Amino acid sequence: MTRSISVNGAAHPLPNDPRVSLLDFLRDGLRLTGTKKGCDHGQCGACTVIVNGIRINSCLTLAAMHEDDEVTTIEGLGTPDAPSPLQQAFLEHDGFQCGYCTPGQICSATALLDEIASNWPSDASGDLVGTLTLSDEEIRERMSGNLCRCGAYANIVAAIRDVAEQRT
Amino acid sequence: MRAFDYIRPVSLEEAGRRLAETSAKAIAGGTNLLDLMKLQVETPSAVCDISRLDLATIADTPDGGLFIGALVTNTQTAVHQRVRKDYPLLARAILAGATQQLRNKATTGGNLCQRTRCFYFTNADQPCNKRDPGSGCGAIGGIAKLHAVLGTSEHCIATYPGDMAVAMTALGGVVEIVGADGHARSVPVADFHCLPGDTPWRENVLEEGDIITAVTLPAPVGGLQTYRKVRERSSYAFALVSVAAIVAMDDQGKIARADLAFGGLAHKPWHDPRIGDLLVGEAPSAALFDKAADLLLETAQGYGENDFKIPLARRTLRAVLEEVTGASS
Repeated sequence: MTRSISVNGAAHPLPNDPRVSLLDFLRDGLRLTGTKKGCDHGQCGACTVIVNGIRINSCLTLAAMHEDDEVTTIEGLGTPDAPSPLQQAFLEHDGFQCGYCTPGQICSATALLDEIASNWPSDASGDLVGTLTLSDEEIRERMSGNLCRCGAYANIVAAIRDVAEQRT
Repeated sequence: MRAFDYIRPVSLEEAGRRLAETSAKAIAGGTNLLDLMKLQVETPSAVCDISRLDLATIADTPDGGLFIGALVTNTQTAVHQRVRKDYPLLARAILAGATQQLRNKATTGGNLCQRTRCFYFTNADQPCNKRDPGSGCGAIGGIAKLHAVLGTSEHCIATYPGDMAVAMTALGGVVEIVGADGHARSVPVADFHCLPGDTPWRENVLEEGDIITAVTLPAPVGGLQTYRKVRERSSYAFALVSVAAIVAMDDQGKIARADLAFGGLAHKPWHDPRIGDLLVGEAPSAALFDKAADLLLETAQGYGENDFKIPLARRTLRAVLEEVTGASS
């Protein structure tokens, strides 16, 4: 019986070697190279993908542990002809320079918007039980797992704020 | 990463048996274990994937406390309505650690067992008595900014890096453990981690084949709860010093209850019940808070780069006590 994983809506057999990280499986196994390998230790966030609706570092998990899970990568969020609202906002706000961290930033921010909609607090939230207001400080704290060595942070925050405001 | 077998047991009983009979490591979130396997600090012959066992429940206990299953993620705990309302200290501590991506994977059981971030431990080329017993401690006389000032030994000055367990220690949490023989036992979070002594590789009370099944918190005791974490940047950094506090005042303006625990200072969440005993029954004052800090730091020893932690711990404790007692500085 073949164990499988769903990536961007399509089922794929899982690799046989248990050492394969979800990140290496996506890039080398499926040739979905939008997801980037930065530090490979969960420090930079370039490998962020969404698994069962939750954002994680794909470098710090084994593909073998994701039988029947539903993975969404940057390729599953939008296309050049039909970008997702965040992909469009990153273009409009110039939310990148070299672009290497961008797929991770956008996957992370996509899940962030759902976390805000679920009223999940962050370390920047003054009140744990009230309704959240999405300040720039909140966005920055919630995006602290995604580094941008070009330093496009101001425009990344602007892009996320733009989409968050359109949603409310 | 060294080759290993992947085992996915279908029951707790099978997991305990497999863990006891092989040099397998349990894996749940995997964020710490896989990081260390890539560095060849951890080289298990097998990983035992317990992530699909039925240990992900979070529920009220009959006595008004909270049961947090070992596989409940840090995010699930921090966003849980009862945690936010009744144990805000725990939500705050979790949210002050790591990143959203890591908290989404990190589990209650795994977080309790996370390893130190001592540079000598995580660098397989360096001496470390924890990783390679008898090789020496590189941090003593070396890079020691993150290291312990309390409860150290000549063999190891590493710190326990987590935040969650510091809050759980102050809250009086209890770790529920099932042994490979199926026998269940309970260990207070305050007693779960070990001091390094002459066995720095032994970081907690778990024996071969033991699996953490849950942490239970007692019913909330009232008063104010706070978690103050001092770190080198404002997000995604380990504590230099952290203070978890639950303090209640009586109607005379005196301290009625004070449960405190400290992170960043030792090989375990630091808990000294003498500090609470000193504070209870007293009116808050700068002199009292200084006495509490004297008690906390009675045996403190710096190792050069981390000398600053001793005055930092004093000032952080004072600031927290001023905050939760309403005393002005």
